[in-house]
Amino acid sequence: MSAAPAAGASMTRLVKTTCPYCGTGCGVDVRLQGGAVEVAGDAEHPTNYGRLCVKGAALAETLVPDGRLLYPQLRETGEGRRETKRVSWDTALDVVSREFQRIIQEHGPDAVAWYVSGQLLTEDYYVANKLVKGFVGTANIDTNSRLCMSSAVAGHKRAFGEDIVPVSYDDLEIADLIVLVGSNTAWCHPILYQRIVKAKERRPQMKIVVIDPRRTATTDAADLHLPLRAGTDVWLFNGLLSFLYQHGVVDTAFVEQHTRGLPRALAIADNTAGSLRAVARQCGIDEAPLAEFYRLFARTEKVVTAFSMGVNQSSAGTDKVNSIINCHLLTGRIGKPGMGPFSITGQPNAMGGREVGGLANMLAAHLDLENSRHRELVQRFWNSPTIAAQPGLKAVELFDAIDQGKVKAVWIMATNPVVSLPDADKVKRALAKCELVVVSDVVQDTDTTAFAHVLLPALAWGEKDGTVTNSERCISRQRPFLPPPGEAKADWWMLAEVGKRWGYAEQFRYSGAHEIFDEHARLTAAGNRESGIVATGIGNRESGIVEEQDAAPSVLRYLNLGGLAGMTRDEYDALSPVRWPVVTPHASRLTPHVFSDGQFYTPDRRARFVPTEPRLPVHARDEDYPLVLNTGRVRDHWHTMTRTGISPRLAAHIDEPYVDMHPQDALLSGVREGALARVTTRWGSLVARVRTSGEMPRRNVFVPIHWNEQYASDARVGSLVNPVVDPVSGEPEFKHTPARVEAFAVLWQGFVLSRAPVPMQGIAWWTRVTGQRFLRYELAGRETVTDWPQLARRMLGVKDAEADWIEYEDRSAGQYRAAWIVDERIQACLFVSPRADLPSRAWLSALFAKQRLEDLDRIGLLVGEPLDREADAGPTVCSCFGVGRNTILDAVRKHGCHSAEALGRKLQCGTNCGSCIPELKNLIATALEPA
Amino acid sequence: MQRPRQRLVVVGNGMAGMRTVEELLKLDSALYDITVFGAEPHGNYNRILLSPVLAGEKTVDDIMLHTREWYAAHNICLYAGDPVVAIDRRRCVVKAQSGLEVGYDRLLLATGSRPFVIPVPGADLPGVIAFRDIQDVETMLAAARKHRKAVVIGGGLLGLEAANGLMRQGMDVTVVHVMDSLMERQLDRPAAALLRRELEKRGIRVLLNANTAEIVASAEAGEKRVRGLRLKDGTELETDLVVMAVGVRPNIELAKSAGLHCERAIVVDDTLQTLSDPRVYAVGECVQHRKSTFGLVAPIWEQARVAATHLAGHGHRRYVQAATSTKLKVTGIDLFSAGDFVGGDGTEDLIYRDPRRGAYKRLVLKDNRIVGVVLYGDVADGAWYFELMQNRTDVSAFRGRLVFGRAFCRAAS
Repeated sequence: MSAAPAAGASMTRLVKTTCPYCGTGCGVDVRLQGGAVEVAGDAEHPTNYGRLCVKGAALAETLVPDGRLLYPQLRETGEGRRETKRVSWDTALDVVSREFQRIIQEHGPDAVAWYVSGQLLTEDYYVANKLVKGFVGTANIDTNSRLCMSSAVAGHKRAFGEDIVPVSYDDLEIADLIVLVGSNTAWCHPILYQRIVKAKERRPQMKIVVIDPRRTATTDAADLHLPLRAGTDVWLFNGLLSFLYQHGVVDTAFVEQHTRGLPRALAIADNTAGSLRAVARQCGIDEAPLAEFYRLFARTEKVVTAFSMGVNQSSAGTDKVNSIINCHLLTGRIGKPGMGPFSITGQPNAMGGREVGGLANMLAAHLDLENSRHRELVQRFWNSPTIAAQPGLKAVELFDAIDQGKVKAVWIMATNPVVSLPDADKVKRALAKCELVVVSDVVQDTDTTAFAHVLLPALAWGEKDGTVTNSERCISRQRPFLPPPGEAKADWWMLAEVGKRWGYAEQFRYSGAHEIFDEHARLTAAGNRESGIVATGIGNRESGIVEEQDAAPSVLRYLNLGGLAGMTRDEYDALSPVRWPVVTPHASRLTPHVFSDGQFYTPDRRARFVPTEPRLPVHARDEDYPLVLNTGRVRDHWHTMTRTGISPRLAAHIDEPYVDMHPQDALLSGVREGALARVTTRWGSLVARVRTSGEMPRRNVFVPIHWNEQYASDARVGSLVNPVVDPVSGEPEFKHTPARVEAFAVLWQGFVLSRAPVPMQGIAWWTRVTGQRFLRYELAGRETVTDWPQLARRMLGVKDAEADWIEYEDRSAGQYRAAWIVDERIQACLFVSPRADLPSRAWLSALFAKQRLEDLDRIGLLVGEPLDREADAGPTVCSCFGVGRNTILDAVRKHGCHSAEALGRKLQCGTNCGSCIPELKNLIATALEPA
Repeated sequence: MQRPRQRLVVVGNGMAGMRTVEELLKLDSALYDITVFGAEPHGNYNRILLSPVLAGEKTVDDIMLHTREWYAAHNICLYAGDPVVAIDRRRCVVKAQSGLEVGYDRLLLATGSRPFVIPVPGADLPGVIAFRDIQDVETMLAAARKHRKAVVIGGGLLGLEAANGLMRQGMDVTVVHVMDSLMERQLDRPAAALLRRELEKRGIRVLLNANTAEIVASAEAGEKRVRGLRLKDGTELETDLVVMAVGVRPNIELAKSAGLHCERAIVVDDTLQTLSDPRVYAVGECVQHRKSTFGLVAPIWEQARVAATHLAGHGHRRYVQAATSTKLKVTGIDLFSAGDFVGGDGTEDLIYRDPRRGAYKRLVLKDNRIVGVVLYGDVADGAWYFELMQNRTDVSAFRGRLVFGRAFCRAAS
């Protein structure tokens, strides 16, 4: 526990905390010895029981000071990109509070906005939401969670009356059928995937169905994969609803006693998806597998339907969610062990944000903006001068409003909208003309901080202190174990300071995160019928539970942390992972399954069938844009790479932005595997390396979301994505933008490996990859270079004419290679060629680890390979143990390792996080293929 | 009844002549009575190895190819130190300096060449020598013992070997070269520059674009000897020894006087037979074949082989000129040069530079075939490149690795 005594450098100190990446929310053991930080899975944490995925396992590598935002800074407004100047916290906060106040006075509260993040801790989120809705009096606070799971929230509220996730991870392990819809769990929630795979190993009769246009690492474990046409999910689940009903798979008692609205939902399902043939045609799949899926679902009682961005990020996202929930309501497969609809969220604290109401259409603590009784309760509790009365602007609308000048000041916290929002170039334009842009972040240079007038240094993982809630409603502590760098401060502190400057010292006096959590916990209990806590002001925090007063409005909701209220700082610090609700103190994870009593949180306590009229994605393919652009994550990167981008281990798996497409579409688009291509939509374009992985269906292309201007010349996929949103949830349609792919003709390509950063000005295309003790740049150019020897020296910054500089030039063939040696160590090297015949980077990279180059290295240097070819391990496949492709292929061919386990025994690969096992299997297949 | 043996007279007891005799003996040792005349008073030695002798790395004995015993053992009559002065082709008789006359059925001219002496005042002074034979080497060694300063005129292969030798003998040496780059016939400028830097590192002074105007004698009475050297630009160099290494001239006076057709050298056909007289053959540096004359050893070995087959009576071989390669015999300086390293229209360059390691490689390609090679510092693959060049091998398959040597190209294939 964190209660472990602060120890001397000699002793190791253990801190239990929570991973800052995906919504799985794994427990992390951090061991500190002297300066060294070691990260391992927390064996006691109910989420991961000691396991960690690659990203989590590499956390220690990301705890570097490089690039951190350390001090408050101001940038004068005006044209052109100006430098920032360091100022004191007082100055910075004065500017923020003064300017916000001025704009609010001049233009009203709706002229300002906050754009926050699922990366924030619940406590930060709570204070932000409180300040904005209760003290500015606008609901213009939205979050990047809008881009992630707002459709699930809306679906839950429509069906259950409250945003409640009715499934836990344990249910996944006891389910007999797991349907994964629009979720590459293997890559995006590796630990959940591992738990599913392990469960299936224990109970082979457990079935897994994956519904996804792409064949992904996840489909690897599937008994059945339905590659449905992008955006047709509602047809599929309407079809299922209709099928189930036709075949009498109905829990009549449950439907009659605990639900409403079946007839309409069913009528629409029958009309739109009444026959297998109709559904198969609409979804672009064969009837046989479709029928197999329906029958499987029909005959299996314990079904979990887990869904992620493939469902949520759609102009019909909310309907997709409800079409899934409908099937579970019809069969009564909800509120019981091993079954239910399960939204797997993307972000570490999307759920915490939802709990505190940190979205434009929520109030706080699962209370509703539109409801005057709710508003009254919250305003009294906060003792606030005002309270937002109608929904604010959702993410996309918010930046439109900035673009239109309606919103004149925005405070962006812990997120990077210039990269992550749809039509991201518009976001750039909007921020460029915005009167006041405040950004609190942990990184100095992001595509977004470039537009900030005020930069506020925030605490990062390992420094900040608070709680997060994962996809299964489990609250875990994120505990600090590092001192704040520079003058970095908690986000809640900045917000509270502004609140105080506005004259609300009382309401924003917090001595620490625990007091904020306590207030939040008490608000969830306030007026909540089960608990006795009343919506009194926060003044008598200490008084704890008091008798209900009739004046107090009372509203029932499932979210209730009453049992966690009144914790001392020490109790809060010692808090072990707990699933809400926690109505009484010392409640454990043993709380009965939500909805097990058939009681929902609608006024009449009945669940709702929601009629889902299917509709296609808003923008269809056409002659100019004949392909569908799909976006998503890669295994080893997170969001906009501000953290994962600095880890060599994580950079090794997929090192470049790429566009994956069907070989036939590649052919038709005139591009080749490994060549560069321009991907264009009506909103923007980027350049990426072509892949034909075999995972893509015809007319679909996939581009990862992570790369941005810090890591590549031209790879922000956000700028391509259509700004269409779901009418209910406001979640953008990230998975479906009509696109075109064309060859990006280059005259030369090459790469640089360098210990020092290399300026990329004037390079037509580049991408940067973090390596072990070096940076790697992949380059391509569209003009012929006449004097490479000279350009190379300039690029790499070689001034001394007597420098130890080796070069090879085949001018007429356009080949140039050079290496710069300093003190017997390689400092940098550059390889260029007009063709894609550049040597493997693996061996050259390894040279950067050597303290001294041997002669043999020096001889092979400009060939790019050692004389002994065995030494070249090839591109890394297993990031945990750094096992390369060649090594693995050798082990398969020469040492008869014909299974992932065998490889694991020989090379360790796949034995830690296991996320490379699908690739290992593919490699085995490749290696054993008769050439 | 055994037919009388034919008589073969060889004029010139040098490498070309004796190699021909060796080849001939291999083919048929009983065909001729062989008589050899030589100007030098030794058996035949390897002239190429005079540099190591000068440098003190070898002794004269080390470089002997054929001792007097060898001649005796093969019943070859050797007249060393008694040069032939006239040929009477009507009577088929040669006349030596001593007055001795020997008749021949076949005559082989291998008179070689003599150093060119630039016609400047003082060129005939004592202490002004060439670098051609054992005598010259002994003169230099003697000078090195008595004197300190030496000037070598000529920055070519031979000149630099001489300079290095003298330096190794403890003299303080200046190389005076008329061109603006050393060994310009074998090296491109970058390689020449590396070579110059290396020589200077060893303490040899190099003057380029240096045109000798006059060799100055010592003023003081008594033995008259070289004292200095004045360049056209007025520079004066103090020196006790001047070695001229500015090229050679074929020895053709004898052939001319015998009425054999000569141009720059004795003109021979593809069988090494002189145009004028089917009885008379010629090989070596005194030969002109299809407009070319020869200084390097490889083509001369080939000439010897061809001439021998014809003398032996199986006249099937033809002499074909082949590309040649050069190495500098200066310990610690590795350079290799072959073919047309200057390049020109339609040629492409592959260049590798590693100045810190003093390595430089340049391969000149035409139609993806090596036509020229310059290697400096790392000559390990010289032979391989030379082979690829002679076989006109298409290198496009491994062009990207060619410069890095055979090992990497093998790895690729």
